[in-house]
Amino acid sequence: MSNTVPLKGHLSAGRLAVAAGTLALALGLATARADEITGAGSTWVYPLVVKWAAAYQQKTGTRVNYQGIGSGGGIAQIEAGTVAFGASDMPLTPEFLRKHHLIQFPTAIAGEDLVMNVPGIKPGALVLDGPVVAKIYLHEITKWNDPQIQALNPGLKLPDLDIAVVHRSDGSGTTFTFTNYLSKVSPEWKNRIGANTVVAWPTGLGGKGNQGVAAYVQRIRGAIGYVEYAYILENHMTYARMYNRAHRLVSPSLAGFQAAASHVDFTKAHDFYVILTDQPGPTTWPISGCTWQILRTDAPKSSNEKVVKFFRWGFEHGQSMARSIAFGPLPPPTINAIKAYWKKNLGI
Amino acid sequence: MSSRLTRLWDPLFKGTTAVLAYLVLTLLVAICLALLHEGWAAFKTFGWHFLISKAWDPANNKFGALIPIYGTLVSSLIAVVIAVPVSLGIALFITELAPRWLRQPVAAAIELLAAIPSIIFGMWGLFAFAPWFSNYEPWINDHLGSIPGIGALFRGPPFGIGMLTAGIILAIMIIPFIAAIMREVFLLTPPLLKESAYGVGATTWEVVRNVVLPYTRTAVSGGIFLGLGRALGETMAVTFVIGNAHSVSASLLNPGYSIAAALANEFTEAFSPLYKSSLIALGFILFVITFIILVLAKLLLMRLERAQGETT
Repeated sequence: MSNTVPLKGHLSAGRLAVAAGTLALALGLATARADEITGAGSTWVYPLVVKWAAAYQQKTGTRVNYQGIGSGGGIAQIEAGTVAFGASDMPLTPEFLRKHHLIQFPTAIAGEDLVMNVPGIKPGALVLDGPVVAKIYLHEITKWNDPQIQALNPGLKLPDLDIAVVHRSDGSGTTFTFTNYLSKVSPEWKNRIGANTVVAWPTGLGGKGNQGVAAYVQRIRGAIGYVEYAYILENHMTYARMYNRAHRLVSPSLAGFQAAASHVDFTKAHDFYVILTDQPGPTTWPISGCTWQILRTDAPKSSNEKVVKFFRWGFEHGQSMARSIAFGPLPPPTINAIKAYWKKNLGI
Repeated sequence: MSSRLTRLWDPLFKGTTAVLAYLVLTLLVAICLALLHEGWAAFKTFGWHFLISKAWDPANNKFGALIPIYGTLVSSLIAVVIAVPVSLGIALFITELAPRWLRQPVAAAIELLAAIPSIIFGMWGLFAFAPWFSNYEPWINDHLGSIPGIGALFRGPPFGIGMLTAGIILAIMIIPFIAAIMREVFLLTPPLLKESAYGVGATTWEVVRNVVLPYTRTAVSGGIFLGLGRALGETMAVTFVIGNAHSVSASLLNPGYSIAAALANEFTEAFSPLYKSSLIALGFILFVITFIILVLAKLLLMRLERAQGETT
């Protein structure tokens, strides 16, 4: 895609974004000390990193300063080397990582689901499947009592109400996971829209952040949106059950996200480049996702050492903390593979 | 000795003030050039087509500015259409009609409105105004939607969020600015003129219509354009309530997008260089639009001044 763009334009545009991000970080860095780690990126993983950081500081005295500026921002910051680690909900390709002297490893597993505001429908009562969700977001199904939705919900009385589609307006890993799933279940979605952190939505309202989408869905009658599972729990939102790839009806749950991860061999994928949507298995939740940490291979060893130590501690001691806020721990073989990956690429 | 110091001091003072004045000018030009430079990749890739294209597809690297430009202009226009009559009423009430004891408190309240941060307006708009307003949108559909011609503007889904809501929130935000300027210039109308008009039997309305407004129209239009300029660049409040949809629709009830909202939403996650460049190019376009509005305002004011010079 950068073939059409002069390299100079690329670099300076990137620098501008980095400068903006650096300014934001500078505020946090005002009291920087030697025993401090700075990171930035994904807002999805923010609750987890902050929870781990608080416990880690009590234990070791090392402060972890993490800023949730978005996955794209996290990637730009680590590319520029202004932070010790970046976080992204979209994995980077091994070629990209090589080219920019970066490495990445997964941190935790999470999932997202559709939420809705339909009078008379209780949480978990509505059943959807991938192709129907794709048609709703393509504006092909526009009413809640559409025969295709009714066919999935034989006993449910659906109102003659317009569907108000809600999506994210900001670039987001949540959108990447969602559109990646739709691309896998709908050829039309794949051809017309594709998967990315921002896409050309054929219809709908854009809400800023998970809060924005949740707020729109809670306030607009007939709305449907996608948010992270943690948000559904916190806000007691009306969520849907989904048919997964094995044609089994499942509810969103940590076990379902981990089932999705169990069908992916993290240990075999180059640079852990795996995507957890639409995995096989009877209990698998179809819209599962993962979040990655990105490090520079050419950063000072002491800096990488501190980051690795923090995440090693998180993997070993922070799993129940992760579970308490609906982040699924990685399976033990994956954690062993990550440790081997650190040794191989960083010598730590 | 002291006179020599003065002789030294004077040019130094003059020089310093000149440097400070030019600094602002240089900064303005520098910002403009920086935006143009960073946005150049987008202009070069898409050419003039960038301005008239409705495409906004980051996944396939296709970008066009038409929808955000349209949304910016329309939402600001709605704001001005609502804010001008309201501000006029406020300013006239305070200066001409209100009992003396009420004037200061009302004026202070209006100025306080201007001190509310824009994000507060956005949150209030999303959490309080939009749900309330959505109850009345079916009424708008039924009654205004059937008017021939302009009816299409008012037919749409009752989301409570969209171009009209954004315009109303913007109107509330710019009212204090327009009203404050109007109030100040109305106070400047020479009492002699007003008293003479009252003396020959004019009503309050006639005095306002024939004395106060003609005397102050230059400054009043200046105030309106100031409000318009503020509405064009407003970011957070609009982002909350405009609906953030890259679509263009005849209906004001449908969601839309504005340039400032697009920048606020998408900048941090703009992955590809062309995406980033397109966003910066949008920023440059907003800069140019604001500049054109201000130039138009200035030209208008000059013409009004000349016309005024001829009649008096």
